[in-house]
Amino acid sequence: MRIEKALRNIIIVILLTVVCLVISVPKRIPVKITYKFIHVDGQIIRPDLDIRIFGKDLKRDLDMSLGLDLAGGSYLVFEADTSKVASDMKMTSVEGVRDIIERRVNLFGVSEPTVRTSSFKDKLRVIIELPGIKDTNSAIDLIGKTAQLEFAQVSEGSEQNLEPTDLTGADLRGARVEFDGQTSKPIVALTFTDDGARKFEELTAKNIGKPLPIILDNSVVSAPVVQDRISGGSAVISGSFSTEEAKNLAIQLNAGALPVPIHLVEQQTIQASLGTDSVAKSVQAGLIGLLMVLFFMILMYGKLGLIADFALVIFSLITLAIYKLIPVTLTLPGIAGFLLSVGMAVDSNILIFERFKEEIRVRPLADALEVSFGRAWDSIRDANIATLATSFVLANPLDWKFLHVSGPVRGFAITLALGVFVSLFTGIFVSRNLLRVLLKERKS
Amino acid sequence: MKYKSIYFSISGFFLLTSILSLVFWRLKLGIDFTGGSVVNYSFSKDVGKDALTGVFKNAGVSDVSINSSANHQFTIKTEALSQRQKVQVGADLKNVDTNYQELSYEVVGPAIGPELIQKTIYAVIFSTSIILLWVAYQFKNIKYGLAAVLAMLHDSLVLLGSFSLLGHFLSVEIDFLFVTAMLTILSFSVHDTIVVFDRIREVSKRDYRNLSEIADGAVTQTMTRSLNNSFTIIFMLVALVLLGGQSIRWFAVALLIGTVSGTYSSPFVAIPLLLTFDKFKKPKIVISK
Repeated sequence: MRIEKALRNIIIVILLTVVCLVISVPKRIPVKITYKFIHVDGQIIRPDLDIRIFGKDLKRDLDMSLGLDLAGGSYLVFEADTSKVASDMKMTSVEGVRDIIERRVNLFGVSEPTVRTSSFKDKLRVIIELPGIKDTNSAIDLIGKTAQLEFAQVSEGSEQNLEPTDLTGADLRGARVEFDGQTSKPIVALTFTDDGARKFEELTAKNIGKPLPIILDNSVVSAPVVQDRISGGSAVISGSFSTEEAKNLAIQLNAGALPVPIHLVEQQTIQASLGTDSVAKSVQAGLIGLLMVLFFMILMYGKLGLIADFALVIFSLITLAIYKLIPVTLTLPGIAGFLLSVGMAVDSNILIFERFKEEIRVRPLADALEVSFGRAWDSIRDANIATLATSFVLANPLDWKFLHVSGPVRGFAITLALGVFVSLFTGIFVSRNLLRVLLKERKS
Repeated sequence: MKYKSIYFSISGFFLLTSILSLVFWRLKLGIDFTGGSVVNYSFSKDVGKDALTGVFKNAGVSDVSINSSANHQFTIKTEALSQRQKVQVGADLKNVDTNYQELSYEVVGPAIGPELIQKTIYAVIFSTSIILLWVAYQFKNIKYGLAAVLAMLHDSLVLLGSFSLLGHFLSVEIDFLFVTAMLTILSFSVHDTIVVFDRIREVSKRDYRNLSEIADGAVTQTMTRSLNNSFTIIFMLVALVLLGGQSIRWFAVALLIGTVSGTYSSPFVAIPLLLTFDKFKKPKIVISK
């Protein structure tokens, strides 16, 4: 009975392994075979995940998502100056900053940016990760600008004064880059909301024949003279823009103004080439380490070791597949976390095998096997829960403000924790069933 | 545990060395802690250090340390550069070598470091308490929790001391990754200790010898597994130290030192401590006729 059940479990494990293998392999595998009359030259293309479960679409491209240190990109931390904001509004204003920055980077065309807030003591920060962005300076400019748009009118008095009006960037529906029909210079075309259109109409009616300065971040960018009352709610800003500047201005106006000023406190830019080199070396090192472990296990435990090795290979495949499915963004510390969890996965088997060596002296094989698993389980459970506790603190899934909320520590903790979970499955379930079927009592 | 005093003196020696080194030489802190800028440049031709110093001087940066590595690559450390200074340096370098590449750039404001240290201390206190409570709960005795946690702090201290020495002699700086390594060692150390404790718990259920004898047996029985397990992790780490990328080399070294210390501390620090605590327990009242 026990053997039949074990066989059934093994079939489940094999199926799972095959699925994970398909997920784990790279998208394109070149195939080139030349053998006598057979010539094959092509590639195997792995399908992407695209299924419907309970009416929900599940779609993943199943590519490993790499962190900034591996794929290159920029990591920026801005601190918000909330000294002029009431204390109960500070967090709200920083969240406003985050939303606007998020819109700006999205409009800038960054793939998969992350923008998070962090608060520690009285310091409020916004942390931004921009994978693949090499021109960090222009990104910083774009993110950091306040882009406060105002329309002013010129009041007549002893001298000319700029008098702000109630028409501001908040009344905008949208902004886009166009080119002037006559000078073919870039201009920014504005569309107002209904409310804004009404204000603009009143404003132009009042100021016919006078200039209507457009003020951006406290400096006048253009001061067109109003020819006539303008209804319909559109206006243009013309100035000496380059196309790039006009585009960035449009992005900033579309995204809205930052509610509080921010300044850069931390920056990291990594070129992909540096990352690729490290990855290649670390992956190679990991594979060599893994081979040494596989070899060591066979050397120490013979047939048992071979079974542990099977479990370990299955462990690696499942873990990689989970990284791709969740997806876990892989960083260098993340790779280290994975390699460490390989060590922990082997540990479960070593504990069991050492126990087995003791039990086999006093019991028949099948019983010894079950007893070893039972006894070793206590140690494995207690030890792994301690590891999970630490990785919980490091990963900080509840975003507790007094702990690290970002960066390499988190990546490391997540891969370590996942590794522990998967190792419990492979170290116990997989190797137990393999052993039940493969290990037979020697008939003497 | 005949040789308890020997184990304590070995640990004492390492702890003393670590503490002395930490007191006199401190730790060499990287820019994650101190604030500042680190830039990596790769040039297409030979450029002298003087040319680079000049470029930074021109941007108003005087405190510059330049290290050259292979293939015309330079690592330059300065005070934290402002955005304006950075742009200026970039423009001036174009004059030195039009094909230069900025491989990486990092700037950390002065406020970040103290915050990192504080958050790390909180993380250590937090995970230490969780582990203390968990072990005390599992083994129904606070002595086990204390012994495990003290052994764990022993390993952290040895690790800090080792990096103080490495910093003094090899100019190894500690960074964010080192913090990660230290926190990992906390859990690793206790992982090993729990396995031995577990055996003590199991044996004492059916064996009424005193704790010292049971502990001796438990250490002997779990020694092979402890060594074999550490070997597999050490294989992994040695491969990473020797062959892995530059950026995680010292991280792997930190984990390696922690693993070795963690393997030693379970049988030779945690268990002797447990037995010492056990001596302090109040004698049971024996009712005799």
